[in-house]
Amino acid sequence: MGMTMVEKILARASGQAAVRAGEVVEPGVDLAMSHENAALVINQFHEIYQGTGLEAQVWDPSKIAIIFDHRVPAESAKTATNQKKVREFVAAQGIARFHDIRGDEGGICHQILPENGYVRPGMVVVGTDSHTTSHGALGAFAFGVGATEMASIWTLGRALNIEVPGTVKVIVEGVFPEYVLPKDLILALIGQLTAEGANFKVIEFHGAAIRSMPTSGRLTICNMAVEAGATSGIVVPDDETRHYLREVAGVAEAVPLLAPDLDAPYERTIAIDAGALVPQIACPHTVDNVKPVTAVAGTPVQQIVIGSCTNGRLDDIAVAAGILAGKQVARGVRMLVFPASGRIFQEAMKAGYLTTLMEAGAVVANSGCGPCLGVHQGALGDGEVALSTTNRNFKGRMGNPNSEVYLCSPAVAAASAVAGVITDPRKGG
Amino acid sequence: MGKVVLKLGDDISTDIIYPGRFMATVLPTETPQYTFADLPEFNARLKAGEFPPGSVIVAGDNFGCGSSREQAASGLKGPDLVIVARHFARIFLQNAINLGLQVVICPEIEANEEDELEIHADRVVNLTREESFAVVPLPAARQAILVAGGLVAYTRQRLLDERK
Ligand code: SF4
Repeated sequence: MGMTMVEKILARASGQAAVRAGEVVEPGVDLAMSHENAALVINQFHEIYQGTGLEAQVWDPSKIAIIFDHRVPAESAKTATNQKKVREFVAAQGIARFHDIRGDEGGICHQILPENGYVRPGMVVVGTDSHTTSHGALGAFAFGVGATEMASIWTLGRALNIEVPGTVKVIVEGVFPEYVLPKDLILALIGQLTAEGANFKVIEFHGAAIRSMPTSGRLTICNMAVEAGATSGIVVPDDETRHYLREVAGVAEAVPLLAPDLDAPYERTIAIDAGALVPQIACPHTVDNVKPVTAVAGTPVQQIVIGSCTNGRLDDIAVAAGILAGKQVARGVRMLVFPASGRIFQEAMKAGYLTTLMEAGAVVANSGCGPCLGVHQGALGDGEVALSTTNRNFKGRMGNPNSEVYLCSPAVAAASAVAGVITDPRKGG
Repeated sequence: MGKVVLKLGDDISTDIIYPGRFMATVLPTETPQYTFADLPEFNARLKAGEFPPGSVIVAGDNFGCGSSREQAASGLKGPDLVIVARHFARIFLQNAINLGLQVVICPEIEANEEDELEIHADRVVNLTREESFAVVPLPAARQAILVAGGLVAYTRQRLLDERK
């Protein structure tokens, strides 16, 4: 019997001819990413070395990436001190792939990794962030781990005692209708699978609608695979992957691709017709509480957020600018835009999107996670409602347990910003 | 034997267990003060030391979904709480095992606050209801880490073995 994508990747990374779902392996890690929580990883890393008499040295500094994004610029003295501690560690260990708070090379970790060509097809990527699943967009097996697990990887260079996950195959055929975006696809899928429908599994994406999807959209769908509980999402890499790595990420060397075997074993297959999709929305307070936008159209909102590792990319900002051009953000609504990286910020500026958005009344803020996790900018007041292109709407996520967050595509967010109420972009846009 | 001090439903996210706004606090010695900060009454009783070690939180499906933040596990480990849930989200389960937080997968568990539970390797006995519920073993792949008492100790041993 053949192997799925994740089985092939884990077989290669653990030096075996073949592995099967359920087997326990110790794959070598090709890329280990952390953000501000590197502060905790460093603490645990030193704990591991405690009493060994050995000098605490990471296994391979060239395979570690650290990106500041969650609280940038620092919102408190405590965060600033943590960031300082991480900078010192990075310098001492010789970690070159360090992205500090900068307008040229800074941004959200799940944008920085792909746009710098750090992720390639077939890699094993781990990150101390649950949305590390994003990097499956480039054909890597990428999954989130906790800080202690990362400290262990920094020490040994391998992920210990990993059970090879089973795979759910999702085949998406057809062509997306206007104003229906990859975000609508992944929300619809999460609604169908539920928040734990893919727990401990990998979601492998196939089909014509995926093949014709740009890498930005693939990042969106793999990003949110974790919201169905998945260990990772993965797209079979193809010409688009090569194109992205060469043209956008500036990778000069050849990029070998890999594909699952035709007789690979899947636990379950789900078919979706992109042409039949309508704009979706995840209602408070769970990501799987998904409805067509029309079901909650007319609900007043006070804050609109466009950004995050899910939908803060150039094409997301372009969609919003297209809808808001010549229009105004409704009075009583705050529209906040957070480009996912400094590079995207500059591109959006050069393309005129940011001017369009600001003329409409939006506030454009620096690249970073922004209000997505409720620690920095854009917290909500009691009883307020936010409509956001981010990926989580758990109670308290945007900084206030007495508020509500709806999740949607940038088209829905922009159309709703104009109307001041939740709006289907196919009509109001 | 432990008393149920909190009963929760399905899909309890790490944003509820340990809200994002306290993530700048990382040390396991400091995180417990923010555990369930948005359940103020529970948080106050926890900080007041009202729950003896081994007190139990009972939850439904998918406990610990969401963020990979390890503070969610360390904040529960500090006061030595035990989590009995119908099912856990992957990263939280790994973090719990890595930190030595006692987690029990008990798909049929029925228990209310104040119930007394007795936790065995293969079953949870609810003494108050006089009922017993089967336990699903933790992932076999993680047994060695469990035996070592956590991932720090386990990795340290592996490191020393490799450098010999
Ligand atoms: S943008 Fe939000 S989901 Fe993405 S890494 Fe930042 S906090 Fe996490």
